[in-house]
Amino acid sequence: MPNLSVSIASLRLKNPVLTASGTFGYGTEFAPFVDLEALGGFIVKGTTLHAREGNDYPRMAETPSGMLNCVGLQNKGVDHFCTHIYPTLRDLDTNVIVNVSGSSPEDYAECARRIAALERIPAIELNISCPNVRQGGMAFGVTAAGAAEVVRAVRWAYPKTLIVKLSPNVTDIAEIARAVEAEGADSVSLINTLLGMAIDIERRRPVLSITTGGLSGPAVRPVALRMVWQVARAVKIPVIGLGGICTAEDAISFIMAGATAVQVGTANFLDPRASQRIAQGIGEWMESHGVESVEEIRGVVS
Amino acid sequence: MDKIACDLLCTARTMLTPHHALLTLRADEPLPKVSPGQFANVRVAGSPATFLRRPVSIHDYDGAATVQLLVHAVGDGTRRLCELQVGERLDCVLPLGRGFTLPDTPLRALLVGGGVGVAPLYLLGVELVRRGCDVTFLLGGKTEADILRREAFEAVGRVCLTTEDGSAGTRGFVTHSPAMGERYDFIYTCGPKPMMQAVGRAARQSGTPCEVSLENMMACGLGACLCCVEKTTTGNRCVCTDGPVFNTQELIL
Ligand SMILES: Cc1cc2nc3c(=O)[nH]c(=O)nc-3n(C[C@H](O)[C@H](O)[C@H](O)COP(=O)(O)OP(=O)(O)OC[C@H]3O[C@@H](n4cnc5c(N)ncnc54)[C@H](O)[C@@H]3O)c2cc1C
Ligand SMILES: Cc1cc2nc3c(=O)[nH]c(=O)nc-3n(C[C@H](O)[C@H](O)[C@H](O)COP(=O)(O)O)c2cc1C
Ligand code: FES
Repeated sequence: MPNLSVSIASLRLKNPVLTASGTFGYGTEFAPFVDLEALGGFIVKGTTLHAREGNDYPRMAETPSGMLNCVGLQNKGVDHFCTHIYPTLRDLDTNVIVNVSGSSPEDYAECARRIAALERIPAIELNISCPNVRQGGMAFGVTAAGAAEVVRAVRWAYPKTLIVKLSPNVTDIAEIARAVEAEGADSVSLINTLLGMAIDIERRRPVLSITTGGLSGPAVRPVALRMVWQVARAVKIPVIGLGGICTAEDAISFIMAGATAVQVGTANFLDPRASQRIAQGIGEWMESHGVESVEEIRGVVS
Repeated sequence: MDKIACDLLCTARTMLTPHHALLTLRADEPLPKVSPGQFANVRVAGSPATFLRRPVSIHDYDGAATVQLLVHAVGDGTRRLCELQVGERLDCVLPLGRGFTLPDTPLRALLVGGGVGVAPLYLLGVELVRRGCDVTFLLGGKTEADILRREAFEAVGRVCLTTEDGSAGTRGFVTHSPAMGERYDFIYTCGPKPMMQAVGRAARQSGTPCEVSLENMMACGLGACLCCVEKTTTGNRCVCTDGPVFNTQELIL
C-alpha cells in the first residue's frame, strides 16, 4: 500500500483528503455515508464569535456544473460550538478543523482564542472572504493589507496550526498568499467561492436574496487549479487545494499543481460518499501507478 | 433514523398523464423504515442542466425494499425522471427529513393535496387508517385530468375533489370544498404554497392543528449546507431535516 499520509505544520493527516467548510456540516450529518475516521480530516461550518441568522431564502441557485450560495454564515456562535458540538466530535480519530469567520480582526482573534482552548481541535481555518464592517463591507481577503491585518490579530491569539483560506476574487492571489505567510500563517487553502450572480428573467429579479453569491463546484475547478499552482510557487508553507474536486483524478491534479492536501466541497452534495471515495481513489491510483508517497507527485507540474 | 445512499432498480413505470410518472423502485437490501412525509434525494443522470440532486417525496413504501415516487415533469431533471426505464437504476439518498406527526389515538383527519403535492399524502393516509383514523382526502387540480391516483386514494379513505374548471367535484380551490367546513382533529396539507397558506389559515380559524409539507430548494438534503431554510417563529430552520413537515403555528404564513 502506498503511503498517503501528509503533514501541514504540526498536523498529521492519514491521507490528503479534507472536506470543505459549509459543505459538510459538523461531520455528523455525513456519518451515515462516510467513515469520518477514514478522512484526513474535516472542516466544520463557518463559526463566528456571536450567533448569526444568515441571509434570507433563496440562498442557492443551481448553475451549469455548479451552484451559487449566499448562506451568510448562519451559525450559533463559537460558545455553542464549544459546549454542544465539540463534545460530539472530540473522540474522533481524525482532524477536526474549525473554520473561523468574523467582521473585525478582534472578533476573529477572540473566536480563535476560544477554539484554542479545545484540546482536540488541532487547527483553525480563517475565512478571510468575510466583509470587513469597518471598511465599508469590503472583504478582508481582497487586499494584502486586509488579509495581513486579520492574520496578525489571530496569530497572536492562536498558537496551534493556522490555515488561512484565500479568496479568489482578487487580481493577484499569490500576493495575498505571500502577505499571510509573512504574518505567520502555517498554511493557505484555496479557493473560496467565486463571486457570481443569477437572474430569474420571468420575475426580472436576482435569484438569490442578496443578489450575488459564491460560485462553487466543477465550474470553478480550472480557475482553482490555476490559482493553486500560482500560490504553490509563491509560498513555502503548505498549500491546501480545493474548488470543484469531484474525483480522485481531480484531487491528484491539485496535488500535481503543488497542493499538500485537498478539500472536497460541493461534491458532497452530489454524492455524500464522495470524500471517502476520493481518499480511497487516490490510494488506488498511486498503487496502480507505482507511486509510493504523496510527496512523489506533489508539485510535479511546476 | 437511518439514511442510506443506494442505487434503486426501477421495476415499473406508469405514466399517469403525459407529465406525471409513477415510479416503482426496489432496493437490493431492505430499506430503513420510511415514515410518511419523508423524501428521497435523487441524482438525475445525463442531464447537464441538473447539477444537484432532486428531492422527491416518498409516495408509497411496502415496509421492505420497495418505494414509489410520483413525479411531475416541470423541468429537465423531473422530465428525465419521468423517462426512467424499467431495469435502469436510480441513485437515491433516503429516507430524508422529518415526516408528518402520527397520532397515537384514532382521530378524524383531513389530508389536503394539490397537484403533485398529493404524493406524500398517500403513504400518510395508509398509515393513519392503520392507526384507526377516519381519513378524508381533499384533492384539488385545475381540471379533472390533474387529479392524480384518484382510485388509489379512494381505496384508502373518503375522497373529495375540487377543480378550477368544475370538471370534477366542487368548482374552485380546495378551500371552496364543503369538506373544508367539517370538523377534524388534524389537517395535513401539501401542494402549491398559496394552497397551503389558505388551508393553514382556515385551520387556524377553526383551531385545528395543521401540518404542511414545504418544497424549498435544496442542495445537500442532509442539514449540512443551510441552503433550504424557512423562516419560522424560532428562526431559520432547515426544511430538509427539521422539515419538510412543519406545524403551521411554527411558520410565518
Ligand atoms: C421535500 C420535497 C418533496 C418534493 N416532492 C416531490 C414529488 O413527490 N414529486 C414531484 O414531482 N416533485 C416534488 N418536489 C419538487 C421537485 O423537487 C422539483 O420539481 C424539482 O426539483 C424540479 O427539478 P427540475 O430539474 O425538473 O426543474 P428545474 O429545471 O430545476 O426547475 C423547473 C421549474 O421548477 C421549479 N422548481 C425547481 N425546484 C423546485 C422545488 N424544489 N420546488 C418547487 N418548484 C421547484 C423551478 O422554479 C422552475 O420554475 C419536492 C420538493 C421537495 C423539496
Ligand atoms: C453552501 C456552501 C457554504 C459554504 N460555507 C463556507 C463557510 O462557512 N466558510 C468558508 O470558508 N467557505 C465556505 N464555503 C466555500 C467552500 O468551503 C469551498 O471553498 C468552495 O465551495 C469551493 O470548493 P468546491 O467547489 O469543492 O465546493 C461554502 C460553500 C458552499 C457551497
Ligand atoms: S438542503 Fe442542505 S441543509 Fe437543507
